Amino acid sequence: MNTSVSIAVNGTPHDSRIEPRLLLVHYLRDVLGLTGTHVGCETSLCGSCTVLLDGRAVKACTVLAAQADGAEVTTIEGLADGDELHPLQEAFWEEHGLQCGFCTPGMIMAAHQLLEDHPDPSEAEIRHGLEGNLCRCTGYQNIVRAVRRAADAMGAASS
Amino acid sequence: MATTTVPKQIGARVRRKEDPRLITGASTYTDDLKLPGMAYCTVLRSPHAHARIASIDTSGAEATKGVLRVVTGRDVQEAIGGLPVAHKIEGLLEPPHRVLAIDEVRYVGDGVAAVVAEDPSTARDALERIEVEYEELEAVVDVEKAAAGGPFVHEELGTNVAFTFPFEAGDVDGAFQDAPVVLRQRIVNQRQIPFAVEPRAVAARFDRGHRKLEIWSSTQIPHLLRTQLSVMLGIPEHSVRVIAPEVGGGFGSKLNVYAEEALVGHLARELGRPVKWTATRTEGFQATIHGRDQLADVEIAASEDGVLHGMRVKLLQDLGAYHQLLTPVIPTLTVLMLPGAYRLRNLQVELKGVFTDKTPTDAYRGAGRPEANFIIERVLDLIADATGIDPIEVRRRNFFPADAFPADTCTGLTYDSGNYQAAVDLLLETVDYDALRREQAQRRERGELMGIGVACYVEICGLGPSAALPAGGWEACTLEVRRTGRVVVKTGVSPHGQGEETTFSQIVADALGVGLNDVEIAHGDTDYVPEGIGTFGSRAQAVGGAALSMALEDVRDKSRKIAGHLLEADPEDVVFDEGKLHIRGAPDRAVGFQDVVTAAYMADDLPEGVEPGLASTRFFEPSNFTFPFGVHLCVVDIDPDTGEPSIRRYVAVDDCGNVINPMIVDGQIHGGVAQAIAQSLYEQAVYDADGQLVTGSLMDYAVPRASYLPSYELRRTTTPTPVNPLGAKGVGEAGTIAGNPCVMNAVVDAVSHLGIRHVDMPATPEKLWRIITERD
Repeated sequence: MNTSVSIAVNGTPHDSRIEPRLLLVHYLRDVLGLTGTHVGCETSLCGSCTVLLDGRAVKACTVLAAQADGAEVTTIEGLADGDELHPLQEAFWEEHGLQCGFCTPGMIMAAHQLLEDHPDPSEAEIRHGLEGNLCRCTGYQNIVRAVRRAADAMGAASS
Repeated sequence: MATTTVPKQIGARVRRKEDPRLITGASTYTDDLKLPGMAYCTVLRSPHAHARIASIDTSGAEATKGVLRVVTGRDVQEAIGGLPVAHKIEGLLEPPHRVLAIDEVRYVGDGVAAVVAEDPSTARDALERIEVEYEELEAVVDVEKAAAGGPFVHEELGTNVAFTFPFEAGDVDGAFQDAPVVLRQRIVNQRQIPFAVEPRAVAARFDRGHRKLEIWSSTQIPHLLRTQLSVMLGIPEHSVRVIAPEVGGGFGSKLNVYAEEALVGHLARELGRPVKWTATRTEGFQATIHGRDQLADVEIAASEDGVLHGMRVKLLQDLGAYHQLLTPVIPTLTVLMLPGAYRLRNLQVELKGVFTDKTPTDAYRGAGRPEANFIIERVLDLIADATGIDPIEVRRRNFFPADAFPADTCTGLTYDSGNYQAAVDLLLETVDYDALRREQAQRRERGELMGIGVACYVEICGLGPSAALPAGGWEACTLEVRRTGRVVVKTGVSPHGQGEETTFSQIVADALGVGLNDVEIAHGDTDYVPEGIGTFGSRAQAVGGAALSMALEDVRDKSRKIAGHLLEADPEDVVFDEGKLHIRGAPDRAVGFQDVVTAAYMADDLPEGVEPGLASTRFFEPSNFTFPFGVHLCVVDIDPDTGEPSIRRYVAVDDCGNVINPMIVDGQIHGGVAQAIAQSLYEQAVYDADGQLVTGSLMDYAVPRASYLPSYELRRTTTPTPVNPLGAKGVGEAGTIAGNPCVMNAVVDAVSHLGIRHVDMPATPEKLWRIITERD
């Protein structure tokens, strides 16, 4: 019954035999041990499991691992460049964009997508762009600030 | 270790020490644990609100390949004791609450059976092969009918009323007699679902060699859980180790002892293998405590000049089907806090706690105080409306004045310190209130709906004196200065987002002159931190931080003695200053703190009577609660065509005493206000007439998303508390307590010219649209 998949996760290729019904989030967490991607609702409503699949943000609780065959996946563990944090990580830290931290990996990955689509987002665009991700701790205000700060940092770096 | 001058840390905006692991995915939450040989547990839950279990057939599940064990309530009733309720309520009815139901289920989500299997999907598959035959009983859903008579949730009790809690102070009848203003209002605090984003999870391992049970749980109270698991499972307390690893939010929902914590512990012991259970989101909705759900009928007596003279309040608290840890205690906090910031002297309350066939209610951020503040702050606005006096002026006329502190309330509390008018003054410096009122008048003429809401609050924090709590109110701290100079703090509080690894480090850094990164804050492991109470009731800083301050004082005293010896001076003359200890008035006659630490451990040249080592364990018992306060204002616009409300501006003035880290305090206010706006405008747990939770998913229960919420403007006054050495009061629940009446007073204000005096939460567009169109 098992099927073979070949998935590059954070730059490392993995060939695995998996159950066809295995979800990408469980593949990442249980097969590869990358537990930075969290499961908050298993119904694609909270966004905690957001990862990048070929560069686009997806909710890994509603993608089968088999659907990721041949794809490149980036998780929160793969975002920093060695010890150098990604500007989004740095900005979430600086702006106190997290409290309990559970939604944070998904929130950062969703913000990553947002800044790709809108490198210079307004507050309204940030709030709209993060609608797929729930946070119960921060009231979102510092998350919005963090994304705006990251946009400034990334804009300055690329200009 | 840094022994040179470091900046003063207390009061500084310091980035959190917790964050590097959380933003890189390097933290470990309970569900991230994978222990060798781990098996996986799932729980079968009742689909009915009230039913007799005629039969359970587990054979299909047991025959499933990979299934290790299937248990029902009967199978574990000898091995696992009932779930605890901690209270001091006289005459409380306490029906049995088993970890799995026996014979009868009493809410949708009540556990019926559990499966342990080699992997999670097998465990889930096997659940579907358990056949339960139910005989449905009439569900008890409406709390007023439940209070009045049968059918009964617990037939053997012959009533649904678990307790009555009458309270009377002053001369209430006298206050109502001839009162020029008498008002009546029903005020409802609808049921809320806490929704920590991390679902509850429990893992357990039984060490056969040492007969020791290790439990990892997503909990706010590892030490209280340890004691209760010891009792429930019959294992000596010192042989139970509870670890709260990274915990993904709590808001009170993890301030509890849950069936699965005992069940998983028992199954790990029985099977000899580690077992893990992780709640699905559906279980998060059905089988994790709910909050609020209180119905108040309020009578108000006031004078024509807006002074509140008396209140009669009939309170019905929907308890749900069973007591969880603090279920009946929560509404008693409502009674205590009904006077709010005001000199109310005559108060009569009749509180009834009523069982229904619903998920149990318990502590949800604010826990009884948001309910109280919603009532009293609506009452003040009702008085303002009836007397034609501005709401801010009505509040001023009723405040405890600044010179009244410590101030006694008619409910027997003593407010430690406060200056309520100063908070209002700062609000009025921040907001041009008169201009807002003028704008409102202009907009009304154009047919636009704009409301301005103001709400004050006083809350109980720093829980609290042991005499006033059901399970001890102290906090413990062990401070160890290791021989390398590294400082280890072992605290009994159990942070899960509040940032005490940072704020406690700030306190240590200032006291000992070390760097923030020379300090390690350990928490959430009962073997490593032997005693504690936990994180709830905005107590971590005010009680846990106070215990830390006491331990720091011990270490500083001993350091002075050693330094005095090394400097051949009287310890009384040694001054502790920025990582060095020097003779008063002679800063060059100094030794570094590290020299003192080394001397303490080399121990070959210590003053007479001084023991080796440099450590202290202290318990702090607060003499009183602390009472933070403040005033919030918001401006709400309501679309006259759709009824959709939107918050244009939200200004919060809060006073939580001394602040250790303003960034963290602001974050707590943000999150608290967000949860208040959630209750005011969006969230309501709804049961249908059969007791089905129809808002049982994130599709149906409207947890606010980023686009639903405004940005907040925060201001602060600082009135330290005399209750603890830090002068800090606590801030975790302030926003939630202030926010509901603030938003709802604005909503009502927006439609008050249509003759509306009160709107029930949540103020949904549909509800407001009906109000607007029906009045047109």
